[in-house]
Amino acid sequence: MAQTKAKYLTLEEGFFAAFLIVIAFVCLIIAGKTYDQVMAFHTALGSLFAAGGAFIIFKNYFNDGGMAIPQEVDGKPNYNLGPIKFGAWAAVFWGIAGFTVGLIIALQLAYPVLNFDLPWTSFGRLRPLHTSAVIFAFGGNVLLATSFYVVQRTSRARMPGRIAPWFVILGYNAFIVIAGTGYLLGATQSKEYAEPEWYADLWLTIVWVAYLLVFLGTLWKRKEPHIYVANWFYLAFIITIAMLHIVNNLTVPVSIYGTKSYIVWAGVQDAMVQWWYGHNAVGFFLTAGFLAIMYYFVPKRAERPVYSYRLSIVHFWALIFLYIWAGPHHLHYTALPQWASTLGATFSIILWMPSWGGMINGLMTLSGAWDKLRTDPVLRMMVVSIAFYGMSTFEGPLMSLRSVNSLSHYTDWTIGHVHSGALGWVGYISFGALYCLIPWLWNKKQVYSLKLVNWHFWISTIGIVLYICAMWVSGIMQGLMWRAYDQLGFLEYSFIETVEAMHPFYVIRALGGALFVAGALIMAYNLWMTVRHGEAEEAETAGAGAMAPAE
Amino acid sequence: MSIWKKHEVFEKHSLVLVIGILVVVAIGGLVEIAPLFYLKSTIEKVEGMRPYTPLELAGRNVYIREGCYLCHSQMVRPMRDELERYGHFSLAAESMYDHPFQWGSKRTGPDLARVGGKYSDEWHRDHLVNPRSVVPASIMPGYPFLLEAKLETRGIEDHLTANAMVGVPYSEDMIASARADMLAQANPDGDDVDAFLERYPDAIVRDFDGNSRDVTEMDALVAYLQMLGTLVDFSIYDNKANLR
Repeated sequence: MAQTKAKYLTLEEGFFAAFLIVIAFVCLIIAGKTYDQVMAFHTALGSLFAAGGAFIIFKNYFNDGGMAIPQEVDGKPNYNLGPIKFGAWAAVFWGIAGFTVGLIIALQLAYPVLNFDLPWTSFGRLRPLHTSAVIFAFGGNVLLATSFYVVQRTSRARMPGRIAPWFVILGYNAFIVIAGTGYLLGATQSKEYAEPEWYADLWLTIVWVAYLLVFLGTLWKRKEPHIYVANWFYLAFIITIAMLHIVNNLTVPVSIYGTKSYIVWAGVQDAMVQWWYGHNAVGFFLTAGFLAIMYYFVPKRAERPVYSYRLSIVHFWALIFLYIWAGPHHLHYTALPQWASTLGATFSIILWMPSWGGMINGLMTLSGAWDKLRTDPVLRMMVVSIAFYGMSTFEGPLMSLRSVNSLSHYTDWTIGHVHSGALGWVGYISFGALYCLIPWLWNKKQVYSLKLVNWHFWISTIGIVLYICAMWVSGIMQGLMWRAYDQLGFLEYSFIETVEAMHPFYVIRALGGALFVAGALIMAYNLWMTVRHGEAEEAETAGAGAMAPAE
Repeated sequence: MSIWKKHEVFEKHSLVLVIGILVVVAIGGLVEIAPLFYLKSTIEKVEGMRPYTPLELAGRNVYIREGCYLCHSQMVRPMRDELERYGHFSLAAESMYDHPFQWGSKRTGPDLARVGGKYSDEWHRDHLVNPRSVVPASIMPGYPFLLEAKLETRGIEDHLTANAMVGVPYSEDMIASARADMLAQANPDGDDVDAFLERYPDAIVRDFDGNSRDVTEMDALVAYLQMLGTLVDFSIYDNKANLR
């Protein structure tokens, strides 16, 4: 096949190059005109990123110059693995960064001197850095990497575009850098899990549309008649996050030369929109997306088909329909009308069913392969993650009940609940996916050391248990202390007495967090050694990736 | 044809699947959010509510910037212990000019919805500079830098304009005098105080940070904290009209 160097940039390359050059110039102009230092820093950074991107496009053109990339090699799809490799390592990096910041703020609550009384190191600025780093940077990169992998494998087709997949993964990480540095410098909308300011939101919207198009484009090229179940969940995650992101971030910037903006929603409406967003960031980012991972990686690792095809259909539609309603349970007893928060709680209870349906579908996939739990710590990690999923989706509906919520709300119980889901479910299913993905991407037989995976598993499991138990005790205790009355009918405790009582549990929680960080460091070392020294896979057998729906 | 067979239409056509997902995820939000724009209890106007003064707005922005909302709620729930600890439960109307809302989700520190007027300016200043100087067991970070940071007054008119665009009733007069008003509120001896009070009756005019030379971020933040929850006079508020 004689390939000649193309004379011109492809349409795609030309479009992205022009777009990035325009962005670079707009950023440069804003950087020159603003007196807002954060804006100056971010636009300078943006200009640098965009110009760098355009430069790489041209450099590649002049180097290998528009050679058409073969769609198939030796009759097998020529999967595009570069952006996936980047995403996988970005996830490892951001994961460790995010867990570490979490450990720091946990220590700050136990020992406030660690705030150093500086603007950039105080709890209020580091906490969004922690949540965004773990949810969007770690979780987001895991989702991008795995979704690109799964959609190509299950469609038996290469992702469309040469630049677009790279634009998605690099553009997303640029968003992370802008958002994260913004928090430290004080640029925030103060909407939990949607803190980035208007310009970062706009950029993410562009990246997200490109993501949707790359994902759909791969589906359109598929050689399988059916769209595999994992891809339904990925698609629901991409679409719903787009909807939530746009509605919850409708802001009016004070000026295009400044970071500050004001949201169009006010007060009670803003609260409702925010928790509609907030709860479904959990429902679609941290649940639907990671369920997609479960539906591909668990059957793959256990070498069993998904337990029930029909259950996955019911699971899918029930989950995405019901989740959206659950938001207002965050607003019990507030100025939001009671019918709304009660409706939210009602749907949260109903949601228990599809959640456990999904859990059963995941766990029962191991039918006939349960013995592997003894020998394969990676599979064990994923199974335990599904168990944690079951636990936190039981605890969640419980906490959404009005009477329970009156005690649990505003306390550490919520923090503990979130972390049983985040560390146990999202963390472990991600670690499991990374332990599978890295050897596959670099054509290795297995991770470098299963023994180290075992260490990672046990160290972080102890960490999670310490974390959750400490938060249960401190949360319930504080809730009870707030409402305690003495014999004469006065409030028994001043607020600060309830804070003092938290100290030992904050120390235990920090210890749990430290163990979790230690586990992640072991993983990073193990994965690095896998790439460097792992035993090579002989032939391309790892794949055969086609996962037929279990009809 | 079984229902499972019919489901194939979603499995074989990506755009049908996309539309299916969109329809299914849109319903819940529409049912829960749309009514909040016309139900009486969520849009009623209560006497006493006014937009933030420019200084209070700037203080609120400092509050947001430092992430205070991550540890302090601004929503008193209608429960006996909260009413006794914090005061009257919060009304929807009390956050009607809040873009964004600051109800919070965690009480690592106490609720602040009604903190206004409970402590002196000096207490707030000492507390913000070093919380443990007034509350020995506090785990709050210190914010000594607020005393040094001169308040950014450039562009405050644009902040009011942006708020007006999203529905806060700032008049043209208020927008035009925003900068003067901002300085006047922290400078009780200045000449602009009367004009300021005409625009924002009953607003507090004080040298909040105890430093008459500069208007600092401390001035702004304390001005904001001191007005929180003070606008509605609950001795004349009819709570039967707002049962929820």
